[in-house]
Amino acid sequence: MSEIPSELRYTKSHEWVRSMEDGHLEIGISDHAQEMLGDMVYVELPEVGATVNTGDDCAVVESVKAASDVYAPISGEIVEVNSMLSEAPETINSDPYGEGWLFRLQPVDDNEVDELLDAEGYSEVVEAEN
Amino acid sequence: MLIFEKSLNGRTNPSQAPSEDSVIDDIPQHLLRADEPQLPSVSELQAVRHYTRLSQKNFSIDTNFYPLGSCTMKYNPRACNKYAMLPGFLNRHPYSSERTGQGFLACMYELQQMLLDITGMRAVSLCPLAGAQGEFTGVAMIKAYHQSRGDAERSEILVPDAAHGTNPATATMCGFKVKEIPTDENGDVDVGILRQVVGPNTAGLMLTNPSTLGVFERHILEVEEIVHTAGGLLYYDGANLNAIMGKVKPGDMGFDVIHMNLHKTFSTPHGGGGPGAGPVGVNERLRPFLPIPYVIETSGEYRWAKEDDCPRSIGRLSANMGNAGVLIRAYIYARLLGREGMRRVAEFATLNANYMMRKLQERGVDMAFPGRRATHEFIVTLKKLKDKQGVSAMDVAKRLLDKGHHAPTVYFPLLVPECFLIEPTETESRQELDSFISAFAEILQETETDPDLVRHAPHSTPVRRLDEVRAARELDLAWRDESN
Repeated sequence: MSEIPSELRYTKSHEWVRSMEDGHLEIGISDHAQEMLGDMVYVELPEVGATVNTGDDCAVVESVKAASDVYAPISGEIVEVNSMLSEAPETINSDPYGEGWLFRLQPVDDNEVDELLDAEGYSEVVEAEN
Repeated sequence: MLIFEKSLNGRTNPSQAPSEDSVIDDIPQHLLRADEPQLPSVSELQAVRHYTRLSQKNFSIDTNFYPLGSCTMKYNPRACNKYAMLPGFLNRHPYSSERTGQGFLACMYELQQMLLDITGMRAVSLCPLAGAQGEFTGVAMIKAYHQSRGDAERSEILVPDAAHGTNPATATMCGFKVKEIPTDENGDVDVGILRQVVGPNTAGLMLTNPSTLGVFERHILEVEEIVHTAGGLLYYDGANLNAIMGKVKPGDMGFDVIHMNLHKTFSTPHGGGGPGAGPVGVNERLRPFLPIPYVIETSGEYRWAKEDDCPRSIGRLSANMGNAGVLIRAYIYARLLGREGMRRVAEFATLNANYMMRKLQERGVDMAFPGRRATHEFIVTLKKLKDKQGVSAMDVAKRLLDKGHHAPTVYFPLLVPECFLIEPTETESRQELDSFISAFAEILQETETDPDLVRHAPHSTPVRRLDEVRAARELDLAWRDESN
């Protein structure tokens, strides 16, 4: 069973969201997602300053098995991307919830976060897939 | 070993060198290269041996069973090649006159007619140079159709998640936004969600049927009605036509456009990057937009339909009419089989897949859709094996190579964990299918008795397990002389 930290929020499409102290949101893909995709070989990140709407495809993670879109969990402006990943995409495999974060965004509406899945809700999504 | 590593400085090969008088000496000075090109210096015999040895390492349909799902690696009958090599076909110049090319034009015309018969469409163009270009052509025609009606709001193409990956790529290339439609648990399009997603922005839906999940879409008529009622058009990805030829026609399902992969269904040469052919068939409403040139016939005379005949055509896809040599092979294949033979292709492709599926089930292999009859291919899931023994689908695939079989397609479609997509094709004997089934069962035994043997396979191939991750992360595609 993959790891699903209780302090994060999730989407059905396997992104996780962390609320940071400065009001920004940090976004990555779940342990389950990286496990399904396998060894990462390439990551395409959004442009800093770009605005995204909930559900927009805004990043691509490519593994030996497949290239997969990453969707914006909520609307906002991209404020920072984890550019270290272009040199070391395998970080997503080794530390999906930490060093393997993809991008940070300034949300348009903070309340949107509450509409995302909590750890329990997400573990049901993962269960259903198995 | 690379041919460069056999190279010895100063060794020359005069018999292969260009003769003096063929030297081109009018190249402007500034375009000439300053350094000598890095070419290997080997003798003629060394070159012959090098490439012969490489060819012996090939794992091909001509040497082994090749059940690569979604790719349809069936046998290319030698006769197709033989007749396509007749001097009249081989030496014909694309610009030779219609008057002297009546034989060739008649073949192309008849091929068009045969494709119409198989698909139930109203007009065919043989122009697209590959399946992917056929898709592009189809969606470009859908776009031209909406534009011709001033229907500019239609900006979305719907693609079920069980489609070939080329479908969303095609829609994007044509400037559409892609909306994915999920599959229900039985492998059919989720019609409830389709109803919610269609609307005034829907330009069309691209459907592969039978789908990549190896099942026939049971709601096909409902899907057609929903999309057409919303004003969208229906695109049929004919990649899996092999399973339905002579049985059911996309035209009868109400589809507006279809592309066909001749290298799959009509057994033209396959792989290695081409050349390919991806003819498109359309119904009456898309006929004006068909790419040119295509062959028309009036009172026994054949000629090309070009710009003047088809003012609303989306235009040309290449200078001429497509890959003539490939199209000729497909034509001969269809002539050799005849209408009844085409039907038998589909019957045997489907029978072979279902036979293998049942035999593997009897040996305890899980199917992704156990409740469904397979079409020409089926999906195995080895998730239990991965969870219990820590042996992955990839490990089993590699071990199959040791047993003399090409591995099936692995990890595709992505919807199914630890999967194989297995497509035996109609050209394999029952003995060959049984041999693969036995090899599969043997490997499952090995995962109990000696799992490491499977985890570290292959053991008998020219190269062992390749480091796919490193190969993708550290691309190294050009030879460099490290000694300099």
